[in-house]
Amino acid sequence: MAQMTMIQAITDALRCELRDDENVLVFGEDVGVNGGVFRATEGLQKEFGVDRVFDTPLAESGIGGLAVGLSLTGYRSVPEIQFFGFVYEVMDSISGQLARYRYRTGNTFNMPVTIRSPFGGGVHTPEMHSDSLEGLMAQQPGLKVVIPSTPYDAKGLLISSIRDNDPVIFLEHLKLYRSVKEEVPEESYTVPLGKADVKREGKDLSIFAYGLMVHESLKAAAELEKEGYSVEVVDLRTVQPLDIETIIASVEKTNRAIVVQEAQKQAGIAANVVAEITERAILSLEAPVLRVAAPDTIYPFPQAENIWLPNYKDILETAKKVLTF
Amino acid sequence: MGEKNSKQFDPAATLETIENQFEMFQILNEEGKIVNEAAVPNLSDEELVELMSRMVYTRILDQRSISLNRQGRLGFYAPTAGQEASQLASHYALEKNDWILPGYRDVPQIVYHGLPLWKAFLFSRGHFVGNQIPEGVNVLPPQIIIGAQYVQAAGVALGIKKRGTADVAVTYTGDGGSSQGDFYEGINFAGAFKAPAIFIVQNNQFAISTPREVQTAAKTIAQKGIAAGIPSVLVDGMDPLAVYVATKDARDRAVRGEGPSLIETMCYRYGPHTMSGDDPTRYRTSDNDSEWAAKDPIVRFRIYLEGKGLWNEEKETEVIERAKEEIKEAIKKADEAPKQKVTDLISNMYEEKPYNLQEQYEVFKAKESK
Repeated sequence: MAQMTMIQAITDALRCELRDDENVLVFGEDVGVNGGVFRATEGLQKEFGVDRVFDTPLAESGIGGLAVGLSLTGYRSVPEIQFFGFVYEVMDSISGQLARYRYRTGNTFNMPVTIRSPFGGGVHTPEMHSDSLEGLMAQQPGLKVVIPSTPYDAKGLLISSIRDNDPVIFLEHLKLYRSVKEEVPEESYTVPLGKADVKREGKDLSIFAYGLMVHESLKAAAELEKEGYSVEVVDLRTVQPLDIETIIASVEKTNRAIVVQEAQKQAGIAANVVAEITERAILSLEAPVLRVAAPDTIYPFPQAENIWLPNYKDILETAKKVLTF
Repeated sequence: MGEKNSKQFDPAATLETIENQFEMFQILNEEGKIVNEAAVPNLSDEELVELMSRMVYTRILDQRSISLNRQGRLGFYAPTAGQEASQLASHYALEKNDWILPGYRDVPQIVYHGLPLWKAFLFSRGHFVGNQIPEGVNVLPPQIIIGAQYVQAAGVALGIKKRGTADVAVTYTGDGGSSQGDFYEGINFAGAFKAPAIFIVQNNQFAISTPREVQTAAKTIAQKGIAAGIPSVLVDGMDPLAVYVATKDARDRAVRGEGPSLIETMCYRYGPHTMSGDDPTRYRTSDNDSEWAAKDPIVRFRIYLEGKGLWNEEKETEVIERAKEEIKEAIKKADEAPKQKVTDLISNMYEEKPYNLQEQYEVFKAKESK
């Protein structure tokens, strides 16, 4: 075991997979000798060579096409999109192509591709760096969408994603890269895709969250405990497909729930969680399932992030509405 | 700008110099005469006959496909008549293990690379079995998103280079497709990685109703290779020998590790853009048609081969009859394909079904067993 930040855990997962599977390739803009703009691929090119870890021209669509083509010749690609706001350039390669190959070829070709990309607010990035666009990806049949919130989960989920034989979108929150440290095993291990994790047990209210909002939810849960409420915090970890079993079991226990996301209310995946709960556990509910989400505007100018991004205070407020409904 | 400066800096002259590099490469003229003796490929008599047979077969395939489409026995179909040299002579320069990334009009190439004809018909109708490519046949289903095949070809070519095999990735688009971002990214990536790819632009003069001149101010599409720093050539796309030589040359250079090439084949589609309601009389004149009818690749190749005593009416009839027979068999086989079920479509989504599809699978399985 070693103390690792999330970014170190990610690098470690990439190192494990590059070492264990010679078909794994890591590529993108500045991921080679530079080690990535956030040092996620630091040292990998030196260790595994320029044939395994390499830079590309600056063109996201081309990077997506490269991943498709390399899969057809038997490689397992782990391309990087420098910031997920740039996904619009590569929407066809991801949603129009990668996601559809197994289906369109009647299960004769498949795309074992993991697209890594950072996103998320709170660090005053320029335009189109921090937008939460996981909702777009979650709507595309053929993809899986993974968003870790801790170093331990990040390593295990990334290894699972790379080993998955279908395309996975692996989104890394910028604010979580270095803000949390925890014990992470040095050897290879996996955390299953499509499985949520109860980060804190409780019996009065379930909070479903992912990404940075998991930590804000834990903070809110600690505050609520002081007021006598026992709050369960469930980290979804995979936002598509959802872990229905864990979600419903939690709601059936607590009878009250809120869903917390950083994305705008009309975006993200919170509406989907609410709909699933409504369809499957409405008779367990003592109150409506409310959402904590950002306003339905374009992502804020950097100086307005602190008044715009949802935080633990918003979660507290919404939680109390549900607890006292 | 002063006179002195204009002599030092004359971009118009630079452009003219570039454009003059792209003279049309031709071996066999419209009368079936060799006009470039030095460039004649080293093809045996049998190979010449085989290439002619494939072109005639494909012309019949086109005629029958249009007719079957009109009868409602085929679905989506993009006519190929006129492009036989461009499609089949380029394919003839490939080897078994080369990869083909076709566009939606490039069904003949993947059929001759090993896709059974009945599957090509199922592709047209919209049945997933049509896209179940037999193992070892290195082709993709026809790509509908114009340009996507180009970036993917760069990836396949890089994969081939990494594997170290002596194969190439070949992809096709049309003149309109050369305006796409993925067209440029594809040729540029392959150039930057020095990957063994051949990019073919079949310039059939029209993108649906939009003439080639509306796509770009560039005098040729071939010169767009300059932007990627890769060799490129403008070829008479109605001349099977010229198309074959250009593709063979590009392939030889690619497997020698010299990187990708761009080939523009100047050709024409005699039919509509697709059979989905396009009416070419709205945007093409009969002068257009008769000008290009005179350039027919089959006519000139027929004259050439007859002159060598390699072809005659009897041989042609034999190919036509064989084509009709095989097409009939293939349609019959396509008819026999089991109807698609939602459970099939669900099963083809992922290696392991996520919860939502597992649930939906059970629902549809119950419906289907009623």
